[in-house]
Amino acid sequence: MNLDDPFREREVCAALLEEIRRLSTAVAGPVRIMEVCGTHTVSIFRHGIRSLLPKNITLLSGPGCPVCVTPAGHIDLCLQAAALPGVILATFGDLLRVPGSSGSLADARARGEAQVEVVYSPMDALDLARKKPEAQVVFPGIGFETTAPTLAATVLAAEQRRVENFSIIPLAKTMPVVLKELLADAELELSGLLCPGHVSAIIGADAYQPLVERYKLGCAVAGFEPADILAGLLALLQQELSGDKRVQNCYSRVVTDKGNRRAQALLTRVFDEVPSEWRGLGHIASSGLALKSNFAVFDASKRFELTASAAADPPGCRCGLVLKGRILPPECPLYGRACTPLSPVGPCMVSTEGTCAAYYRYSDHQYSNPRSEHGEAKGRT
Amino acid sequence: MEVEYQYGEEMSSPARITLDHGSGGLISQELISNLFLKYLRCPQLKHLEDCALLEGFSGQLAFSTDSYVVDPLFFPGGDIGKLAVHGTINDLAMRGGRPIALSLALIMEEGFELAKLEQLIISVAECSEAAGVAVVTGDTKVVPRGKADGIFINTTGIGRVANRVFISGTNARPGDVVLLSGTLADHGITIMTAQAGLEVGGDLKSDTQPLHRLVAALLDEAEDGIHVLRDPTRGGLATTLCEIARSSAVEIEIDEEHLPIRPAVATACELIGLDPLYLANEGKCIVICDPEVQEQALAGMRGMAEGADAVCIGRVLEGRPGRANLRTRIGGRRLLEPLAGQPLPRIC
Repeated sequence: MNLDDPFREREVCAALLEEIRRLSTAVAGPVRIMEVCGTHTVSIFRHGIRSLLPKNITLLSGPGCPVCVTPAGHIDLCLQAAALPGVILATFGDLLRVPGSSGSLADARARGEAQVEVVYSPMDALDLARKKPEAQVVFPGIGFETTAPTLAATVLAAEQRRVENFSIIPLAKTMPVVLKELLADAELELSGLLCPGHVSAIIGADAYQPLVERYKLGCAVAGFEPADILAGLLALLQQELSGDKRVQNCYSRVVTDKGNRRAQALLTRVFDEVPSEWRGLGHIASSGLALKSNFAVFDASKRFELTASAAADPPGCRCGLVLKGRILPPECPLYGRACTPLSPVGPCMVSTEGTCAAYYRYSDHQYSNPRSEHGEAKGRT
Repeated sequence: MEVEYQYGEEMSSPARITLDHGSGGLISQELISNLFLKYLRCPQLKHLEDCALLEGFSGQLAFSTDSYVVDPLFFPGGDIGKLAVHGTINDLAMRGGRPIALSLALIMEEGFELAKLEQLIISVAECSEAAGVAVVTGDTKVVPRGKADGIFINTTGIGRVANRVFISGTNARPGDVVLLSGTLADHGITIMTAQAGLEVGGDLKSDTQPLHRLVAALLDEAEDGIHVLRDPTRGGLATTLCEIARSSAVEIEIDEEHLPIRPAVATACELIGLDPLYLANEGKCIVICDPEVQEQALAGMRGMAEGADAVCIGRVLEGRPGRANLRTRIGGRRLLEPLAGQPLPRIC
């Protein structure tokens, strides 16, 4: 099927939607589905998928935006590193505006208190280190299984090329464990999970099998085109009706059952699974990736003795509840008023894939607070 | 005393800009006469007067200024000089102006390479000649190393607008159609990938080009029916449509399936997580007009190289004033919000 052909795509989507609508009338109550991945959240908005779904299907956004789940204390580590003389913090762009406990990297850079450069991959940061031997280049290793293999490959390359002025702040997180933690919350009342396509390409569709068994939950691995997402939703709806809950791979052109073994091998070679702190979810065992002891020289937090403080979330910020699927962004009192993409309070408003930013950017005002519709309140300029 | 400088004398200056080049003294004059006047040959410039005199205009004057600080200075499809000429010409054209003359002001960082400066001045000269809009006055300043980033350029332009013409962002009316003169996001994605040092295949190229001839042709074809002209530069199509919707107190609806986006641009946007609707264009124009002149306007644009891909992308509705919507490819709807902050590439 060629989904690049817009007419074909519309035809396919129309057929999928019709079937979704038909089945939804056969379901007794509401169907609550969580899309785990931030890229799904954005794609759902970009294609206006919510506006096409039957009313009894609710889509909740999950903890799948790496910037959003990074707690303020971890941002502080990046700020500490960036403020050190001679250090260049080379980072992905969407980390720039995430507030730590005392402002964001962008604020620190504007005040002249931090040297921050935007790069597009950890390898770019390594290149920067080789080009600037007089500087110490630090890369904040934030991301999930999608980003972590590149991070591992970069550390290996740094070791092989003996790049001594390069290090990372190891903050990567892993996906299936956090889902277990989320699903333990009975109030979520989920029918199914739309599982992340990119992460699944690395870890494999089988990784969700334990969730199905333990929580009697449908799991559909889906890609990011509208037809991919609709196919995933349809699969979950069919499972809801038949009661046959299982892992269904609707993205088999990219995802296999076992995942990308080479990438997995890279991860186990360079990282150890450790507990990690998640914004809004607290410390979760075996959900983070730390450098193995033989790569400890590349750990910036050790090299520069960075210390993570237990930074509290900003007062009033409900990103934690948004990330857990407990509330929708407009239910947060700060949404659209104190917290806008121009001056975000919480991380979910920062990244393009953040749930609040996606709601703010793409959703119709029917989702927003009535009081925030007018210019000033939304921080428009 | 007027001194007439000779064009094209050999340069005896060093190969980089020094603070002396901005001193106003002999070295400044040498730079002006040996480099600027070598390429910018408008008679008005020749005598280095304090200002240019322009005569004999009646009707409304269009007057606009813009500063250019793009990084990198040279990019596929253009450079900062080209952008500075086209950008101001286009700003004039968007109110129906027929450009008459430009000013050119340079702020250079000490140490800026003369060879690059020469390349940029050649570029300015070629573009202004091709557009038929002369640079008639100028200025050069040099600031110490580290106080600027290579070179910043300001151009100001004036143009003539016929008395009866009123084209404005406040002028969109329910029932109007929304046309676009060509493909989206070419400039923005070219700059973003160049800044990122990304090697994206598929020939990304800035769309920088002057639109005054296209606008003149449109006005000749269908003057009364043309209500709004805007070039969707920074903030992209979405932000510009939001501005028009607010200024005109109308709702604007566009169709995703009709948006012209080159496949290489769409792929690159997908790759770094940017929305082409929010990326800059430097040679495209939104035309909001009476549906009665739609076919003439489209045919007129398509008959010119700069409007070959012109297409109707949407319509103006009474609806909810100030709002812009997109009908997605699969029939969904999404609200278009103005761009907030700089577009940031995403992590994954």
